[in-house]
Amino acid sequence: MALPTADVMPIIPPGEEPVPAASKKRRQLRFLANRKALFGLGIFGFFCLLAIFGPMIAPYDPGERGADLLVSPNGDHWFGTTHLGQDLFSQMLDGSRSVMLVGIVAGVVATVLAVLIGVTSGYLSGLGAESLSALSNVFLVIPALPLILIITLSLPETDDMTIALVIGCTSWAWGARVLRAQTLSLRRRDYVEAARATGESTWRIIGFEILPNLTAVIAASFIGTVIFAVLSEITLAFIGVPGVSEWNWGAILFWAQSQQALAQGAWWWFVPPGLAIALLGTGLALLNFGIDEYVNPRLRSGATTVRGVKMRVGFTPVLSTGAAKEGK
Amino acid sequence: MGYLLRRIGFYAFTAWAAITINFFLPRLIPGDPVQSLIARSQGQLDTSAIQSLYILFGLDDEKNIFEQYFDYVGQLFRGDLGLSFTFFPTPVSEVLSDSLPWTLGLVGITTVISFFLGTLLGVLAGWWRGSWVDVVMPVTTFLSSIPYFWLGLIAITLLADAGGAFPSSGGYDPGVVPSWDMDFVWSAVYHSLLPAITILISSMSGWVLSMRNMMLTVSSEDYITVAHAKGLPERRVMLNYAARNALLPNVSGFALSLGLIVGGTLLVEIVFSYPGVGFQLFQAVGAKDYPLVQGIFLIITLSVLVANLFADLIYLLLDPRTRKEG
Repeated sequence: MALPTADVMPIIPPGEEPVPAASKKRRQLRFLANRKALFGLGIFGFFCLLAIFGPMIAPYDPGERGADLLVSPNGDHWFGTTHLGQDLFSQMLDGSRSVMLVGIVAGVVATVLAVLIGVTSGYLSGLGAESLSALSNVFLVIPALPLILIITLSLPETDDMTIALVIGCTSWAWGARVLRAQTLSLRRRDYVEAARATGESTWRIIGFEILPNLTAVIAASFIGTVIFAVLSEITLAFIGVPGVSEWNWGAILFWAQSQQALAQGAWWWFVPPGLAIALLGTGLALLNFGIDEYVNPRLRSGATTVRGVKMRVGFTPVLSTGAAKEGK
Repeated sequence: MGYLLRRIGFYAFTAWAAITINFFLPRLIPGDPVQSLIARSQGQLDTSAIQSLYILFGLDDEKNIFEQYFDYVGQLFRGDLGLSFTFFPTPVSEVLSDSLPWTLGLVGITTVISFFLGTLLGVLAGWWRGSWVDVVMPVTTFLSSIPYFWLGLIAITLLADAGGAFPSSGGYDPGVVPSWDMDFVWSAVYHSLLPAITILISSMSGWVLSMRNMMLTVSSEDYITVAHAKGLPERRVMLNYAARNALLPNVSGFALSLGLIVGGTLLVEIVFSYPGVGFQLFQAVGAKDYPLVQGIFLIITLSVLVANLFADLIYLLLDPRTRKEG
């Protein structure tokens, strides 16, 4: 599970130097120049397309039983078939929609909650802010998966949407915590004080002075929640919680596990869903690293070379001549 | 001391919140919660199970919600978590006390090992950035995106099935009797090796990544430059100056993410049919055994809270500032 890296990320102090519009634009685009971010965005986009078009281009009806029982991948069935002769490639394509839908809906719900609770409790002070912060700490400490489980089991009806809502409503706490820490460090900055001194209303300050400077953090927390939501949903389907879409990747794994696919050596049954999950997760994590590095330049990997001297952060640059190397 | 008391107060509050969630959730279901659970289980419940549900939800007699709440909390303090359907009429607390030691052993030990190993690797990866060690980044990213249970499935296929070196299921050999003799202990350790390795591989990468990033942030501080300038050996600067300071956020991160990690590790038990709480949870969900799921939620939450308290104690030892405050 990918965890956010640090509570407080240093923020490039805004407004320190007046930035002309053109270079501001370039600054925003610089994010895309990052190879990791671009690669991650590509993977994410690919899965989004799959979610939209996958069910349409599936060669078979994913539930339809066929004559070829448990055959390995071949020309007719690219990913092989199940014990009932169902086409696994079609099941994977069909399931991608439910996976992406739940992930994104849960991510949006959790991010909205995180912004509301985190920024409010960071900017305001007093009892209300303290109790909001305590609330997010409580949600952070309570193990998420068992909590999601008892909530979904208590609901009278569950489908993809309700599961997305349950995941969203239980997983906002990490984002809220990071946003609160960030807001706390922003609210005493000079430009916020100045806005307050000119008599701006609290909501205007939050909306126009604080929020724009939290964009990167909000994006990172959204992506982190999507990763978490996808994993949770697949896990729920794998445990066999009712209501998750029929061919969710977790459900495919559930059938593979309950039909002893392992013992029968049917690797094609459980390898593709796992690899797809891992690929999606990697893509999202890379996107998040891209944001992290954009916000915190110290994290950019690769040593910079200046005039033939290899600079490494944290090291006093020393010309590495042969003699110096031997001395080491 | 003040710091510790505040933390204990917070954990007590969280425990209370978990108990209250447990109490109110079934009561928020519109109509009769027992009827709706019966409807969901599609006639799989027998009459005695239904009776136990009514007792659990306090619907068997006319009481107002406050009396029910106090009754429920009173029941909990006596260790009464209701009756399980799957193992009817065994009380939930008995089912849990059988499975909890397995989980504490497997998940507890591997989580601690993975934290230490991952942190150490992160220190090295952060210190030697820009060299071949950067290879760990894509590898760990990929590993941390894999669901734990799927890695378990792969491990079974590769290492356990069909004449592999490891057993693929269970917590000990069916032939040995659970007791504290060498045979049993060896058998239990042997059976837990593969699940433990699975958990280690997938949970370690998170620590590697966060420790690496903290090392990078710390290593450009002035005191590192000073340490270099003093001519201290590189290993000493790395461990005593950089890692020592980078460790603090990682320890508090450990406490915070325990809740997430435990959820993932419980699933490894399902794949390996390991006789712990996670496998119990799987059976309970399959059988719509609501009291057992509730009991597992409570016991996992309490365990995580206790583990958090330990992490706080360690933080107290590591960070002198928290001690001074108190």
